Order: sequence, then C-alpha cells, then structure tokens
Amino acid sequence: MKRWFQSKSINTPSPVGAVLSYLILGTWAFLILFPLYWLVVTSFKISSQVAEGPFYIPFVDFKPSLDAWKYILVGDLSQDTIRNFSNTVIVAPTSALIALALGATAAYALVRFEYHPRIGAILTFIGCIILSIVAISLGVPWQVALAVSMAVFFILLQTIGRRFKRALGNNDIAFWMISQRMLPPVAVVIPIYILFQRLHLLDTYSALIITYVTSNLPIVIWLMRDYISTIPIELEECASIDGASRYRIFWTIVLPLAVPGLVATFLFVLVFTWNEYLLALFLSSAKVQTLPLTIVAQNATRGPQWWNMSVLILIMIVPVIVIAIILERYITRGLLIGAVKG
Amino acid sequence: MNTKPKELQTSSRLHSVISTVADRLAGSVFILPTVLALLFLSIFPLIASLYVSLAKCDIAPGGFKLTFVGLDNYKKLLVGSEGTHFLGKFAPSTPLTWVVFGAVVITLAVFMIKYLLNARVSISGVIGRVLLTVGLGALTWILVHTLWNEGRLGTASTTLVYVFVGIFFQYILGLSLAMLTVQRLPGRRFFRVIFLLPMMITPVGVAYMFRMLTDTSKGPFTPIWQAMGLVDFSWVNNAWGARTAILIADIWQWTPFMFIVLVAALESQPVEPIEAATVDGANSWQIFQHITWPAILPVSMTLILIRLIEAFKIVDLPNVMTNGGPGTSTQSLTMHAFINWRALNIGASAAVAYMLLFLVTFFAMIFVNLIRQRAVETL
Repeated sequence: MKRWFQSKSINTPSPVGAVLSYLILGTWAFLILFPLYWLVVTSFKISSQVAEGPFYIPFVDFKPSLDAWKYILVGDLSQDTIRNFSNTVIVAPTSALIALALGATAAYALVRFEYHPRIGAILTFIGCIILSIVAISLGVPWQVALAVSMAVFFILLQTIGRRFKRALGNNDIAFWMISQRMLPPVAVVIPIYILFQRLHLLDTYSALIITYVTSNLPIVIWLMRDYISTIPIELEECASIDGASRYRIFWTIVLPLAVPGLVATFLFVLVFTWNEYLLALFLSSAKVQTLPLTIVAQNATRGPQWWNMSVLILIMIVPVIVIAIILERYITRGLLIGAVKG
Repeated sequence: MNTKPKELQTSSRLHSVISTVADRLAGSVFILPTVLALLFLSIFPLIASLYVSLAKCDIAPGGFKLTFVGLDNYKKLLVGSEGTHFLGKFAPSTPLTWVVFGAVVITLAVFMIKYLLNARVSISGVIGRVLLTVGLGALTWILVHTLWNEGRLGTASTTLVYVFVGIFFQYILGLSLAMLTVQRLPGRRFFRVIFLLPMMITPVGVAYMFRMLTDTSKGPFTPIWQAMGLVDFSWVNNAWGARTAILIADIWQWTPFMFIVLVAALESQPVEPIEAATVDGANSWQIFQHITWPAILPVSMTLILIRLIEAFKIVDLPNVMTNGGPGTSTQSLTMHAFINWRALNIGASAAVAYMLLFLVTFFAMIFVNLIRQRAVETL
C-alpha cells in the first residue's frame, strides 16, 4: 500500500502522484487543444455551415469542404499568402537572432561589469537632443542640427558634465532598458513611421528588422540577465587566471552554459516578431507585409471570413511549432551539474 | 639561448598590448551596441509623442497642424469631458467605502511613519515613498467608488483588473504546470510542446478565435448555454461577463510564457542540494520552500515584471471580442488611446498613452524597488 505513495528517486513521482499529474496535465492539454480543434473544424466549413450553428465532427455533423484551403493556398489569395509568408519567414528569425546576439552580450555586461553613468552626462545628452529637435522643427537641416548638438554635447560633457559626480548603477540601466517597452505601440507608431520615412526605409525589410530588434532587446536582456547570473562566477575566475580574455570567457564559457536560457528567449522573441501586427501595419505597404496583416484583412466588408482566418492562423502556427519541437530538447536539465566540482 | 626570431617577439608583444587594451574596453564593447540601438529608436518617438500629447491636432491642407495647448488633453482626462471614460463613474460614498479607504490610508501611514523612524532615511527614499502613498491612496479612492454600487469602472481601472487578475492566474498556472512537467514522466515533452501552442498564435488570431468560441448561438458551447437558458445572452450585455471572457482568453494565451521560462529555470537548477535534502529527510514541501523557490525567485520576478509591462498594453482581445462593450466597460487604456486615434484626435490619444506610461512606471517602480529587492534580499 505504502509504495503507491513513495517515489523511487527525486524526480520520479510516486504512482499516485503520477496519476494525479497526468490528470492535471491532460485537463490543461484538453483546454488548449479544444480551441485549436475548433479552428481546424472551422477551416473545413463553408459560410452557411458556420452561420447555422455549431457542428462539431466533420463527415458526421457536416460535409467538410476544402474551399477555404484552396482559396488561400492556390486560389485568389495564394500570391498574397505566399509573399507575406516568405516575408514573415525572412523578418522574424533574422530579428530574433540579432536581438539575441545584442541582448545576450548586454545582459552579460550588466551582470559582470559595473557601470557608473553620471547623471550630469545623461542630463546634458537629453538637453542636446531636445535642442536639436527644436532646431529641426524650426527648419534647420537635420544633418547640421545633429552634428552641432553632438559637438555641444561633447564640449559640455568635458566641462560641466564632470562637475556632477552622482552616478547611476547597473540596475538603473536595466530599468531604463525595460522602460522602453512601456509606451503602447499606438503612441510610438507615428513617430517611428516619420523616422523611417525620412530615412527612406519604409516598406523594406530593414525597417521591420530594426524596429523588431530594438523593441525586443529589453526582454532579451532581462531574461538573459537572470540566466547568466545563475552561472557560477568561479568558472570565469578560473579561466581569467588561465589568461583568457573577456571575449573568450563570454564565448567559450558563458554562452554554452546559458543555452537553455538562450533557447527559451529565442523562442519568445521569434514568436513576438512572427506575430507582430501594429508596427507591421504601418511600416509595410505592399512588398514586405507579414501574415498577421492577411489574417486581419479577412475581416472584410461581408463580416469576418472565419474559415479563411482559421486556415491562415493554422498556416502561421505550423512553422513555429516545428521550431519549438526542435529547440525544446535544449531546455533540458543538468547542464550545470558538475560544472563547479572540477 | 633564445630561439625565437626577433620579429615574432615584437609582434607578440604588440599583440599582448592590443589584447589588454581590448580587454579593458570589454565593458563598453559589450553594452554599447544595445544602448545605441535603443537610443536610436526610443528617444525620438518618446519626445515626439510627449509633444503631441500637449498639442491639438487639426487636419490642415497638406497634412496635420499641431497647435500647442499645454496640459489641456490631460485636464480633459482627469476632470473634464473624458473623465468618466478614463477614471470611471463615481458612486456616492457609503460607510463601506470609507472603511476600506480608511484602512488603506492607515496602512500606508504606518508604512510611512515606520520608514521615517528608521535610522537610514534618505531624501530620494522619502520622495519615493510619498509618491507611493499618494498614488496608492488615489487609486484606492477611485476603486472604492467605481467598483460597486452605481459606480462604473473607467478604462484605467479596467486595465488594472486585466493586469493583476491575469498575471495572478498566469503565474500560478504556469508554475504548477512547470513543476509537473519537470518530473520524470513519460510523455512530458509532448505536454511541453502542447502547452506552448497558445503563445504561438498571433494575438489578433487568438482574439478572433475566442470570438468564435464565445458566440452563444453558433459557438461550440451553445448546448451548454442552452442548458443554462442563456441562448440569447450576449457578452455585450454584461460588463463582468465580458471582462471574464477577455480574462480567460488572456490567461489562455499567456500562461505558456510563464510556463516555459519557469521550466527552463527549474531545469537549470543544480540537483545536489535537493539530493542532500532528501537524504536528510526533508519532505517535498520543505524542498520546494527552501531550495526550489529561492532558485526560481529572481526569474519569477523578471517574468512578472515583463508580463506587467506587456499586460498594460492589452488591446487586441477587447477590441476584437467585445469591441469595448457593453458601453466602454471592457476597454483597456490602449484601446482608449486607439479609439481617440481612430477619431483623428491624436493629441488626446497621446495623452492617454502617456497616462498609461505613468501608471506602468508607477507599478514597475514599486515592483522593482520594493517587492523585487526585498524578495531577492531575503534569500
């Protein structure tokens, strides 16, 4: 009797515990899969079958049709779908990788180095930026305004800036970085649009990639900061005594040990950029539109085209699931085991 | 006997000089690209939208014309024509509201006095705590007058409900599911991939999907609604019903975020302390409390902070599922900004966005400075 409640080793649950775990896991899996099942079923319906009420099982309740799939994949919408799909495939992984590379180095820097940006320097910098914006709005060419304000900034930094000794620390830098995500996209989308218009980058991959990288950097930094701080510092000290440079330590010790965190973070950023809607709506007009725009476009004048939407949503999830299945195994236990003992 | 050629010696000395210089610069090299990238895309939009929020935007020949109007847009939100929309409709005070409000004020006062009697009082600490007391006091005042009786929640308080209720359930569910799937159970990888699915659907897609599911006459749960006698019931008629529907969708979508990060955190936890504790006869609750919990606490704090910031920007779900209705009761702050923006009232929209920024900053500051720090210190 007692052995039903006893676990054999630390991570293997007891028989009763295993049954309970499966019950809970199964329930949650059902709650997740049912809405997706409804999407699949809807994608095989035609408009009258959706309008007449709930039909659950194809062939039993209703006669499935491939109309929506044909319309999206080989019919009228196929050109749009394929173009937008390949745009998404290009933009999302590229921005995710760049954000991960920049963010992981910055996160390492915030964990292992100490920074003391002086308040005086920051205030002069902000002042110069405001001055240059005022100058630009008064009609000064932006190249001149920017150059002058940079020059003023460096002069002030060398003279007045040195007098204010009060400095901020790493936590303040990290908070500043995460605060970049606080303004809702609705508020920033017009200034960003104007910015890229001036740079003649509208409707290009670079505009989307630059925006996605910067908007996801804070998340990468915050997640990676926690993973990196769990890596024992002894390893790095040993390597440093053996004469390894900071770059070498980062590349050969920190990054390999942070792989679970890197993989999880990459997945998020990939998903966020893959699914982003509002910024893509503004920064792309025809050439580089992404798939979420196609989905929303199905809410046409005749009301939402549920069947087309379902097909598009399903098409959008498949690649991400494949990537998730491939990457999942890297998020495994035991990478740090024995690392310190040696 | 020096066998090394002379050339090689100098080059290696040069090399070592370069490498020490490079090593000294490492701190800047690691962080500067990120700082520059963030500066490039953040400062201009921030200042530009601040200016727009202080201006009135009119359609003029050849585009828009901005007229500076000072704090008018903010005044309208707080005490003017947009007041009921933003803050909610205030019900008259009752004894109960005074009791709740009084209790919160006394707690805040005790907290303040305790700090002032402390030996280590600093000016920035006092300013921070005064802001905290005033902010929380004002929020309580708004909530006790709009949450029940004839009161109606405004967009600001509705957003707070979405944020805090949503995050609470997402974290609890994410943590329990993560704990269950790190056990050595056959098929746990299958469950992990399944549990990730909701996060991978585009938010707009999730919103449309839940609009299908919550339809009371054509959705899959129609028999259930019929059994409950709710066939003609529409989410658009009941404020709390509609909010619950949106919250369920939000929890469904974002629990995976908590789940996967917590799985990674639990997986990278060293096994030895747990083994040692088991040998010493600790039960599983003690192991969780003293070993697992401290190990995942920093990651949890980060997760909650990120979700806090993201959840304040909720817009797709209410916009698609209920279109903000009934009335304005499911509108979030971002949706409020979006509605103003669609009506080409861009100054007012930017003002709402900035109020949102103040609110998020307020809660993020409380979270980082008080809760996160204290939680990490007590380890």
